[in-house]
Amino acid sequence: MSTGFAGPELVRFADWTDPVPPAAREVVSRLPDDDRENPPLLFVPGLGHGAWAFAEHWLGHAAGRGFPAYAVSPRPGGDLRARVHDVVQVAASLPRRTVLLGHGVGALVVARALGRYPARAAVLVAPVLDGWAALGSAVRANPSGTLPALFGGRLRLSARQLFAGAAPEGVLDRLGAGSRPRPELLTRAALPRPVGAPPVLVAGSPDDRVVRRPALDRAAARYGGAPLLFPGMGHDLMLETGWTEPIDAILDWLAKELPAPGL
Amino acid sequence: MHDTPDPGDRGDAVCVVGAGASGLAAIKNLRELGFAVDCYERETSVGGAWNWRHDRSPVYAGTHLISSRPLTEFPDFPMPDTWPDYPHHRQVLDYLERYAKHFRLGDDIWFGMEVSSVEPAGDGRWDVTIRSTGGESSRVQRYAAVVVANGHNWSPLTPSIPGEFTGEVMHAGAYKDPARLRGRKVLVVGGGNTGCDIAVEAAQQATRVWHSTRRGYWYAPKYLFGRPADQVNDRLLRWRVPLRLRQWLYRRVLRLTTGDLTRYGLPEPDHRPYESHPVVNSQLPYYLGHGRIEPVPDVARYDGAGVVLTDGSRIEPDLVITATGYRPRFDFLAPELLEADEDGRPDLHLHAFARRHPTLAVIGLLQPDAGLFPLAHWQSVAVARWLRLRATDPARAAAVQQKESARPLESWSRRRVVPSQRHWFEVDHVAYLRAVEGLLSEMEGVR
Ligand SMILES: Cc1cc2nc3c(=O)[nH]c(=O)nc-3n(C[C@H](O)[C@H](O)[C@H](O)COP(=O)(O)OP(=O)(O)OC[C@H]3O[C@@H](n4cnc5c(N)ncnc54)[C@H](O)[C@@H]3O)c2cc1C
Ligand SMILES: NC(=O)c1ccc[n+]([C@@H]2O[C@H](COP(=O)([O-])OP(=O)(O)OC[C@H]3O[C@@H](n4cnc5c(N)ncnc54)[C@H](OP(=O)(O)O)[C@@H]3O)[C@@H](O)[C@H]2O)c1
Repeated sequence: MSTGFAGPELVRFADWTDPVPPAAREVVSRLPDDDRENPPLLFVPGLGHGAWAFAEHWLGHAAGRGFPAYAVSPRPGGDLRARVHDVVQVAASLPRRTVLLGHGVGALVVARALGRYPARAAVLVAPVLDGWAALGSAVRANPSGTLPALFGGRLRLSARQLFAGAAPEGVLDRLGAGSRPRPELLTRAALPRPVGAPPVLVAGSPDDRVVRRPALDRAAARYGGAPLLFPGMGHDLMLETGWTEPIDAILDWLAKELPAPGL
Repeated sequence: MHDTPDPGDRGDAVCVVGAGASGLAAIKNLRELGFAVDCYERETSVGGAWNWRHDRSPVYAGTHLISSRPLTEFPDFPMPDTWPDYPHHRQVLDYLERYAKHFRLGDDIWFGMEVSSVEPAGDGRWDVTIRSTGGESSRVQRYAAVVVANGHNWSPLTPSIPGEFTGEVMHAGAYKDPARLRGRKVLVVGGGNTGCDIAVEAAQQATRVWHSTRRGYWYAPKYLFGRPADQVNDRLLRWRVPLRLRQWLYRRVLRLTTGDLTRYGLPEPDHRPYESHPVVNSQLPYYLGHGRIEPVPDVARYDGAGVVLTDGSRIEPDLVITATGYRPRFDFLAPELLEADEDGRPDLHLHAFARRHPTLAVIGLLQPDAGLFPLAHWQSVAVARWLRLRATDPARAAAVQQKESARPLESWSRRRVVPSQRHWFEVDHVAYLRAVEGLLSEMEGVR
């Protein structure tokens, strides 16, 4: 049994007195040709990424395997609370209990959303749950792109940081657009206990230069398991040339966890 | 699940009565803890009170929420943030239907089935008699627990007014369409939210409108400082402003915004702010100020074509609408199971747990100063955990029960209320949720 989660939040003054205002949300989707009653998948990108990062390969691939697949971009200027709000809003707008999948800081958003929405299952890919550890790694791997962001500047992600080898064509230009890391990413506030006790998978690469092996192990242990590892890959598993292997493994895990379709 | 030789024995399954907001939350939260659930709903669809196609729905065409959206939605399934602050009743129904669909609750609901009796079968189990609403068939099933979510706003409470009246009288529960009011002289009786809403609708349709109340109330506006009033009020609760100071602020703010309503002939409230169920209506003062609503005192008696009021005056409405509220009804349960008093008002721990029957609970039997759905949600989470704990760890369950029995009544039940039939189950949402939170933390780790 995993420990260290915050208990349920019954009294929610922040939401009751100061609700997150609505915003136009960019949601990209790829849907299967026929409805096989699979739960929808909602992908949540991390810092410097948008829905496009999943639209590139993973959404289409998941749809090809029969899962309605969606990704939601972070709202411009949105803080962590707004991002969690947006994820729960999109999940609740889908016709079935949704599987939440977050990458990097998107996994932190998902981990928080799990306290607010009984997801069908959750996958934390290369999760940045501990902002301080990730910051340390980022400073080591990409000091000139990371340090200015600590003083209110823009974050510039580098290929070396995100990919094991060379970055795929065109990806670097799209990275980081407008992202300034928010201070709340560095809190170590306890994560909420997931409501509805969904199965949670942690996946990543031991060769990730942002989220290192010990961080993966800690994240997985927190949710009561061991990480699913893809050696040789960088942080951006969904954009790496070998992108099929992790998504196939994730979908296999889902298929195993969700025996009866849609239940 | 038990070996069940008897086809009527549903083993460890839980029976839920009703598929309104409370019943839906109960099904979902029981299922999340792994219970098999059978829910019986006498209507043919979900939504309860908010399904205005249902004969017993108390909702009328113009109904909008009085609790604002963030304080009304389920805590784990928000309403779309693009919806208005105060959604229309059709949106609320749409929301409940989507909730049911999202969590596939329909799989466990039997529609057109009315629960006609629930009897203890020994050992904490229950025999539930279910009758198809056509009345042609009935069956008995045995359950490990029963969760009652039958609502309390469907059985009209009608005042007994002496005398004969030659005009038309109807209870607000039967009022749907403002066309009924068009071109008529209308008397609306009752100063709750229904009475005020209908008086306002009448002001827009009828030729003349009298609004009879038997005491003065604090009529709160829907907006304060550009925000929904309940959100502003919760800011005071967040800052833990003491009740006395909140009452003072309430009077000040009302005086500065709505102004003094006694100017229009309304009586002064006979109680302090927060001592009666909130009445939220911005339009009532408006129409009072335009002379479209004429406030009158309580009705003394009918007199042929007229109605005599307690001040001795006589008015001649064509239509009298009694918006005098509803009463809780549990026809399928012997009163002693819920320790109900002679007026049928149950006495339950946290207004939810039957004190002597640990496998019997009621969800939604509350009058909160906020939306009901969040409270019904957490009640059902607590009930589900309690039932699970009781089944898996009776010793710990007994310890929890012991501890709960020491929880002071005034911590969750509002004690200072205007002496009136209807305020016995009034709760402050924050105090109530904190009490449920306390209970949940005693059951920490149960899942
Ligand atoms: C005009 C009006 C406006 C309101 N506005 C608000 C508001 O703004 N905010 C708010 O939070 N609340 C409001 N309420 C309160 C409202 O009652 C609740 O929001 C909510 O509908 C309560 O849900 P429930 O499931 O407890 O009861 P209900 O909605 O009444 O549902 C009970 C269900 O049980 C079924 N049932 C009953 N007996 C049996 C039986 N024996 N066998 C089988 N099925 C049975 C019924 O058919 C019904 O479907 C309002 C109420 C009224 C009358
Ligand atoms: N727009 C909305 O969202 C909305 C609209 C309507 C209702 N509601 C909710 O629905 C529930 C029911 O509301 P309701 O207004 O129908 O009922 P209610 O709150 O019970 O109010 C009944 C009113 O009738 C009066 N009354 C009762 N018996 C009487 C009698 N014999 N003679 C004269 N007056 C009498 C009561 O006076 P006392 O003060 O003496 O008790 C009270 O003013 C409440 O929870 C309410 O908030 C919400």
